[in-house]
Amino acid sequence: MSVPERLVSFVEALREHSILAGPGETVDAARVLAVLGMDDRERVREGLAAALLRRSGQRTVFDQVFDLYFPGAVGGPTDEPGDLESLREQLVQALAGGSAQQQAAVAQAAIEAFGRFGEGTQGAGGWSAYQALQRLRPETLLVRVLAALRADDPGFLADVRRDEVRRQIAGFRRMVETEARRRTAELRGRESVARNAVAPPSDRADFLTAGRAQLADMRRAIYPLSRKLATRLAARRRRARRGEIDVRRTLRRSIAYGGVPVKPAYRHHRPGRPELVLLCDMSGSVAGFANFTLLLTQALRDQFSKVRAFAFVETTDEVTHLVKAGAEDPAGLATRIHQEARLIRWDGHSDYTHALQVFADEYLDAIGPRTSVLILGDGRNNGGDPNLAALRRIVGNARRAYWLNPEPRRLWSTGDSLAHEYAGVVEMHECRTVHQLSELITRLLPI
Amino acid sequence: MLFDSVDEVAQRLAGAGYLTSTAIATTVFLADRLGKPLLVEGPAGVGKTELARAVAQATGSQLVRLQCYEGIDEARALYEWNHAKQLLRITAGRDEGWHEARADIFTEEFLLARPLLTAIRNAEPTVLLIDETDKADVEMEGLLLEVLGDFQITVPELGTITATRKPFVVLTSNATRELSEALKRRCLFLHIDFPEAGRELEIVRMQVPEVSETLAASLVRVIGALRALELRKSPSIAETIDWARTLLALGADQLDESIVHTTLGVVLKYEADRKRAVADLKVFG
Repeated sequence: MSVPERLVSFVEALREHSILAGPGETVDAARVLAVLGMDDRERVREGLAAALLRRSGQRTVFDQVFDLYFPGAVGGPTDEPGDLESLREQLVQALAGGSAQQQAAVAQAAIEAFGRFGEGTQGAGGWSAYQALQRLRPETLLVRVLAALRADDPGFLADVRRDEVRRQIAGFRRMVETEARRRTAELRGRESVARNAVAPPSDRADFLTAGRAQLADMRRAIYPLSRKLATRLAARRRRARRGEIDVRRTLRRSIAYGGVPVKPAYRHHRPGRPELVLLCDMSGSVAGFANFTLLLTQALRDQFSKVRAFAFVETTDEVTHLVKAGAEDPAGLATRIHQEARLIRWDGHSDYTHALQVFADEYLDAIGPRTSVLILGDGRNNGGDPNLAALRRIVGNARRAYWLNPEPRRLWSTGDSLAHEYAGVVEMHECRTVHQLSELITRLLPI
Repeated sequence: MLFDSVDEVAQRLAGAGYLTSTAIATTVFLADRLGKPLLVEGPAGVGKTELARAVAQATGSQLVRLQCYEGIDEARALYEWNHAKQLLRITAGRDEGWHEARADIFTEEFLLARPLLTAIRNAEPTVLLIDETDKADVEMEGLLLEVLGDFQITVPELGTITATRKPFVVLTSNATRELSEALKRRCLFLHIDFPEAGRELEIVRMQVPEVSETLAASLVRVIGALRALELRKSPSIAETIDWARTLLALGADQLDESIVHTTLGVVLKYEADRKRAVADLKVFG
């Protein structure tokens, strides 16, 4: 494959992961290659990133695709791989030395020795990072690495060092994954691997399937994201202040000038910030989504005159005070809500019937004519009655109400989901990723 | 061309007191070679503005800086007619006709050049720094398009002024809002993140040479641990250097729990973050 062809198919693979580089960028990338040459791989990587990327969240995807299209090596390592124990010892040395090159070499050897599964070149066979890591078990090497470092840090620095080694081991796991992808790509073609095996960036990762690390990444993005959303809301507010023409008053005024609207009258802009009420399903399956949204609205609280949060599983309770304190320990918010609020009555399965009823009976005064209500949940009621009457009362009182559903639209009303029933009463939006959530927040929230 | 190779970029910027990573050196080299503006994004305090200053110093260029803020307009960024001087000129030449006066008051003499025009007209090598581009309004970006795309400025009364020598342009942004696609397309993109431990150690040693090797190493190590926590604002290079200076001023020659506990406020600017770090690092003073 010639260099331009490879570059073009690389850009196409990036586009499939919503990194939208146009032909102009591709030409720039080609110029970059012409200037830099292909000698130094890391420089080529940085150069292409400079030409093709437009925002910082795209980098992880870019790196994974880059490793597929511009691999650092071809085939397996040339020298005979050692046995498990010698590999583990090599890894200890590489981790203690902190050399990325050595670690990558161990990753290559590990995939070569233990990563192979299946037979033949068609379909079934491939290289598995999981399998190799199961044999190698790098996380059990912590003590040996520390011993090899001969670290005798005093006091808390010992803990710091231990965490550092843990992060290095996590980095090594990623190297093994990269290596497995590369070898699989040689077997099955890089297009299919690029399409299927590259993890999405954290703002496009699904709330419902995100792992712990991805959820932590999302939480880390909350403050930058809230600043960005606040700027967008402020821009909308500024534009809205210019106002629409008030037809009735403009016509009334025009009478003085013989029917010519010399001075148009504008509609008054009502000052004051809106109130926000969140009603969140905190049951296991959707808690991650609710947790994130609660923290985000908390970070955005100065955009609203008041934010109140309610959580439910079987029954509803107010959690505003817990969310307020949640900034100090964002990861533990869901746990604290479960411990301190009264959400469970019998078995801990979500019960929209009762939860909506309790909210409508006890907390309806939280909703006034200036309030926007966001209901977060998947609408899976374990076979119970939808209780649309209570939902209608809640929606009827509010200025605006929306339902954000973390499930993909095609799963709505499958199984025990009542999504379409609820969608008949309140506007429902699919909200699966951080990206979708921030789009919805800037579009839906009143200003 | 300011630089001949990537290595030369790294070397000369280091000479100007700025240690580069592969990403920074490569992208600066490309921006110079391809003649494209460089859009630098990243958290506060990782040395975005400093990069422009270092490039200027390393190449002996003049640094022209445009600080963006909300409401910045043409008159502040491009050029402005010196109205007071024009009025004086009109009153001074009472007897002349309209045509002579008009031909005379719209000349270079009455033009006040603002940063963008200054950078375009400068015949000497120039580094144009457009700082915190995201703070400016969207309308301002439209203005930048002509300047950054073609390196020219149109003054209706004078005609189009084209750069005789393309300035090296650096735009910085804290990403508080998305810049427009049109603007981004014209730039090379560089995301500067927190540096890896080795480079950060070198930076500390370079900026605060008095600090001992072991202290600097454990300092960088603790900063790395802090960045791994979920904090509202992770410490960046600027904070690391501040901390090194603080420890130096206190005469500490090694990090222990009590000194970390008392000086953590230098690094973490939110009380919640500080509490979190104290609990997680187990430094209780």
